[in-house]
Amino acid sequence: MTLLLAADLDGGGMTPLIVAGLVALAVALVVAAIVVLRRRRSRAPGAGDGATAVGDAADRVIGRLADRAAGAADVPAPSLRDRLSRARTALTGPLTSALERTSVSEEAWTEVTEALIRADVGLATSSEIVDSARARTGAAGDDPAAAKAALQAELRERLGGFDRSLARRGDGERPSVWLFVGVNGTGKTTTIGKLAKREADAGSRVVLAAGDTFRAAASDQLAMWAERSSAHIVRGAAGADPASVVYDAVESAAARGADLVLADTAGRFHTEQNLMAELQKVRRVADSGSGVVAETLLVLDATTGQNGLAQAQQFTEAVDVTGVVLTKLDGSAKGGIVVAVQAELGVPVKLVGVGEGIADLVPFDTSEFVDALFA
Amino acid sequence: MFDTLTSRFETVFSRLRGRGRLSVEDVDAALREIRVALLEADVNLDVVTGLTGRIRQRAVGEELSRALNPAQQVVKIVLSELTTSLGGERLAVNYASEPPTVVLLAGLQGSGKTTNAAKLAQWFLRQGRSPLLVGADLQRPAAVEQLRTLGERVGVPVFSHRRGPVKAASASLAEATRTGRDVVIVDTAGRLAIDAEMMDQARRISKAVRPDYTFLVVDATVGQDAVNSAKAFHDTLALDGVILTKLDGDARGGAALSVKEVVGRPIAFASVGEKLEDFEPFHPDRLASRILGMGDVETLIDKAESAFEAEQATETASRLLEGTFTFDDFLTTMQQVLGMGNLRSLIGMMPGVPRELRGAEVDEGRIGRITGMIHSMTPQERAEPDIIDASRRQRIAAGSGCRPSDVKALVDQFKQMRSMMKGLGGLGGKRVAASRARSSASKRRGTGGRTTPKGPVPVSKAPLTLPGLEKGEWPGLN
Repeated sequence: MTLLLAADLDGGGMTPLIVAGLVALAVALVVAAIVVLRRRRSRAPGAGDGATAVGDAADRVIGRLADRAAGAADVPAPSLRDRLSRARTALTGPLTSALERTSVSEEAWTEVTEALIRADVGLATSSEIVDSARARTGAAGDDPAAAKAALQAELRERLGGFDRSLARRGDGERPSVWLFVGVNGTGKTTTIGKLAKREADAGSRVVLAAGDTFRAAASDQLAMWAERSSAHIVRGAAGADPASVVYDAVESAAARGADLVLADTAGRFHTEQNLMAELQKVRRVADSGSGVVAETLLVLDATTGQNGLAQAQQFTEAVDVTGVVLTKLDGSAKGGIVVAVQAELGVPVKLVGVGEGIADLVPFDTSEFVDALFA
Repeated sequence: MFDTLTSRFETVFSRLRGRGRLSVEDVDAALREIRVALLEADVNLDVVTGLTGRIRQRAVGEELSRALNPAQQVVKIVLSELTTSLGGERLAVNYASEPPTVVLLAGLQGSGKTTNAAKLAQWFLRQGRSPLLVGADLQRPAAVEQLRTLGERVGVPVFSHRRGPVKAASASLAEATRTGRDVVIVDTAGRLAIDAEMMDQARRISKAVRPDYTFLVVDATVGQDAVNSAKAFHDTLALDGVILTKLDGDARGGAALSVKEVVGRPIAFASVGEKLEDFEPFHPDRLASRILGMGDVETLIDKAESAFEAEQATETASRLLEGTFTFDDFLTTMQQVLGMGNLRSLIGMMPGVPRELRGAEVDEGRIGRITGMIHSMTPQERAEPDIIDASRRQRIAAGSGCRPSDVKALVDQFKQMRSMMKGLGGLGGKRVAASRARSSASKRRGTGGRTTPKGPVPVSKAPLTLPGLEKGEWPGLN
């Protein structure tokens, strides 16, 4: 095959497009080098130390995993359980089985680490958690009860201590704006629909801003939710500037004496610079008129893997995310990435989506979440 | 955020140069790094175990060839193992002898079924078929409206039925026959694999239309749970293939590997962007390098192709090689590069980028300052940076709100780059030999053009060193 490909190459020659690619690579590298060189000069010493420590912890776990992995190569068939039995296994899952032996072995801790990795907590974070839990166990050594308590305490501590209420910063005149952001398909529109109902039932006057003018029929989808919660909705034409739609919604809310605006935005990848700039504009504009942005909520899908952290980082940097809505937690996915998100960025999970029903949006509960991580 | 696998390996193997064979210990040390990389890419833990087992078998005792260092040797094995795992048989669409050919799309909520139904319709259209889109998602509000809008955009009719998804699906076959459509694409509601009721509905839809192809739509950002849901969908619907979506972000897409291993069916298509055209047959080799964090040169080249105007780029490039590249050229090219997307993700696509660069926050504001400095130069200064003396620097700095030392740094680096690139111009004769060594980069269209990574190679000789970019250190391209 190699020969064949080589022949292809020889025949092709340099086309203009290749030259274009060449220039792209060269310049991107040079630009990046300039930026980095400048940055390195101004960087305070010791910035990278934390990362090294994490690397070491991860290394140890990987070593343990490697030892174990030497044999078994087959993928066990995961069984399809219904939600109830899944909830039940939360109490009898790997956490319990690993730690309720007569003594806690190296093996057991490795199993715990694996359980965390399977829950999408991530290798580095999982290793850290297990190492801290082991340190906590300390003198108690291999007492299973102590080990289990230490692990749960460690997780609760990492996740706990945040204000998870949804802020209202408006007053009689100025409505509060909650802005929903995230990558495509995480459930922003659905979350807004459910939340509109919840807040309206609690006595708020809610206005929905159909700021997703990109996805086909997104505003129709939101309009159907608006109907269910009898909220007022402000829509723009397809392809309209989302900032203008949000602005109109805020002004309309102020005029009607509404106190809450739920602003939808189009799903966008955190790597798309222009779209992130557009989002910054939406946030700026939402704050500039008669309203005040009280929450910027990142909607994160529980099935998301390690990319979730990059998403959270970029969105936080761009629009100062104040909380996470973790959706689709009713499936078999555990949403463990939020452990890292909260630890790294200090952004707490405020709401959890557990189903498609209008009532299936609940406050985040640390203990329940920790238990479910090991289900 | 992550080191490339190669740079991890460099550390592991640094003491190994000059030996002729990989020892078991060496391989195991490398395997640890491979596991880290795969887990960070969201490959399922059990799949990682299976894969590394196979890699170990192949790597132990492997004779080291002289051309490559041990790190590259192992990377090569890993990459080929990953590519094999992701690839294997390819899905060839055979049309039903008695039309319509029925395609059923299923998946979790938000994985992109509706959008990809339309993308698939457009693909069939381009194959000379006349598809019919069927909206069988009556769960999500306005899902059918979304499909109708998309259908209009691609010029494909959309059929739906208010009396339930199963009814809509089964009635669509008659509709297709009546209107002479030869491919039926059924978009179903997103469902959780553990939702027994919805999975049963999926089974009934499948029974009603007896699909020729059932595709699972999988999101590239999905984590460890991918195997569970894929298994459940496979058990219920007997999948024929996978459509991998949302590859336009920076997710590594390790989930694809998990799904492939569990389901054992090929990944047929990949969706690489929001536009309806951003849909293509799947390339296992591209995803393999991406999973390993080794860059995605081909995607990068594709992006470059769309961002650059060929003629202008050729001119710029020839000036670059002659050493007459000006600040104006630099500015234009830089803007074109920025037009290709986020710089950080572009850097992420380049193989062998050193860790300092990969991990660095690329502050695009600084690029704005560079632009500002160039704008503050006279046309003559832009063409001949050599004339920029202290007083000109002062003026440029004042004009752009920078310090004269910033201007000096920019001009110096520009000149360095220019002389480096000029040196590259003399390498023409070696091009064929060099490109043979990197032949896999041209796999896709065989245009001979996939030799682009050649560009920055001589960088290592200049003071502006980018470690890890030395000649021959293009992992995965050997």
